[in-house]
Amino acid sequence: MENERKLEEFQQKIDANIKIEPKDWMPEKYRQTLIRQISQHAHSEIIGMQPEGNWLTRAPSLRAKKILMAKIQDEAGHGLYLYCAAETLGVKREQFLQWLHEGKAKYSSVFNYPTLTWADMGAVGWLVDGAAIVNQVSLQGTSYGPYSRAMVKICMEESFHQRQGFEIMVQLAKGTEEQKQMAQDALNRWWWPSIMMFGPHDSESAHSNQSLKWKIKRESNDELRQRYINKTIEQGQHLGLTFPDPNLKFNEETKNYDYSPIDWDEFWNVVKGNGPGNKLRINHHIKAHEDGKWVREAAKAYSKKINLSKKIA
Amino acid sequence: MKDELIDYCLRLGDSSLILSHRIAEYCSKAPILEEDLAITNVGLDLLGQAENFLNYAAKLKGNTTADILTFKRREGDFRCLHLVQTPNTDFAYILARQFLMDSYHQILFNKLLNSKDETISGISKKAIKEVNYHLDRSSDWIKRLGLGTKESNDRIQNAINNLWMYTDELFTDNSTDLSMEKNKISPLSSNLKKEWSELVVKTLRDSEIEVPKDVFYSLKYGKDGFHTEYLGYILAEMQHLPLLYPDATW
Repeated sequence: MENERKLEEFQQKIDANIKIEPKDWMPEKYRQTLIRQISQHAHSEIIGMQPEGNWLTRAPSLRAKKILMAKIQDEAGHGLYLYCAAETLGVKREQFLQWLHEGKAKYSSVFNYPTLTWADMGAVGWLVDGAAIVNQVSLQGTSYGPYSRAMVKICMEESFHQRQGFEIMVQLAKGTEEQKQMAQDALNRWWWPSIMMFGPHDSESAHSNQSLKWKIKRESNDELRQRYINKTIEQGQHLGLTFPDPNLKFNEETKNYDYSPIDWDEFWNVVKGNGPGNKLRINHHIKAHEDGKWVREAAKAYSKKINLSKKIA
Repeated sequence: MKDELIDYCLRLGDSSLILSHRIAEYCSKAPILEEDLAITNVGLDLLGQAENFLNYAAKLKGNTTADILTFKRREGDFRCLHLVQTPNTDFAYILARQFLMDSYHQILFNKLLNSKDETISGISKKAIKEVNYHLDRSSDWIKRLGLGTKESNDRIQNAINNLWMYTDELFTDNSTDLSMEKNKISPLSSNLKKEWSELVVKTLRDSEIEVPKDVFYSLKYGKDGFHTEYLGYILAEMQHLPLLYPDATW
């Protein structure tokens, strides 16, 4: 009875758009969903540093190098806010990393695709960050306070990233024939993975209904995906490049772009670990973590010594 | 004098550029996320300093740009110090290299604030604020590693021992140094040694790290255009796109 009353009050708060804060009562399932979702989001930021870091030493101008480096630093910062937001739910960062390494926690599958040319730095910014923003703007209104506040800050920076990515695409699309080809090839490879970032269709989505009711998610996967597609096609028309989908067509009735069926076999394969870069990305993260063990131990031991000497003094 | 001034700007610009490149290589490999953020910040500052000095060198040379100097110059025309070319063997090497360079930069840029060349003093004025923070960070880490565990002490000691010989170049004068000193643009490199030693030795001793003996290391240095074997690989990677597509702009 007690629990039912609490649950009712909780839902009333949600319905009245009052944010849930770390010390407030919350249903265990709400907490678990947030732990899963926020940590997955944090892991995505951190794993996402790798495909971009892949081009940091090869950025072709000083300006491009600075922008890319600042961008990767932003991603690390986003990861940090998000781990902090997730920690307010009672799980330590070390645990999140362990779940990631054991394959129990996921990150956005899009980062399992390789970045093969410089144009991928444009396409990742324009398409992958572009898709992420659509989702994140919506999540600014999420019901959990720390997550919502992290999103507000992250959205400001992400919109820069998307513009920077688009700028690279413009530069290449207006460049030499080889640069144009490079841009087209990147669009061909990143278009479908970026569309898949929104997850399964609403009819197939395992967590959607409850998450919408609790306002963890504010809009459904398909609504967000459609908004991304509409917005991105208009941007792409300025580039003079072709989207790799012969069925993309504006539908006068729905006022949306229609698109071909998504290759869900590919999506689930990558989610299950068989993408071109799954093992590479995780092994890279595990290695960095293991290589850093002695450094973390040293920092801990040092801080203990300092605290002890402060106590004695 | 103009040639020497260009040479001097290239030394400062190239050294920051290559150190920043080494930091870029380390992206997403730090022991904790906070350190990934901090070290990238340092890398970005260094890249900004490099760009400022290379812009000035390009302006003095005429008919070139900082990008051309970065991406289309031959190895022998680079003037970076050997120390910044050394590889990211492990976190201890990365930190030791950074600490030795941060200490050098702090002392150097403080002196360059009084340079007769207004561009150099202006760049140094901006850089010194960044460098002070870099040195705070790397000195803190030297202490953590030196006083942390037996393993961390061994590793940082080993890194300092192996990198120490490269500090010889920092304080060796060549004809450019002589000309810069004569024209009141910079002090002699050899004049920085005493202050640098005091600063570095104090932090190392406070961290229970032994100070290696000074050694005469080489007859020819990076600042003379004679490099380690590492630099060729760095440039091959850094320059490959602009060289592969010479007609493209990026």
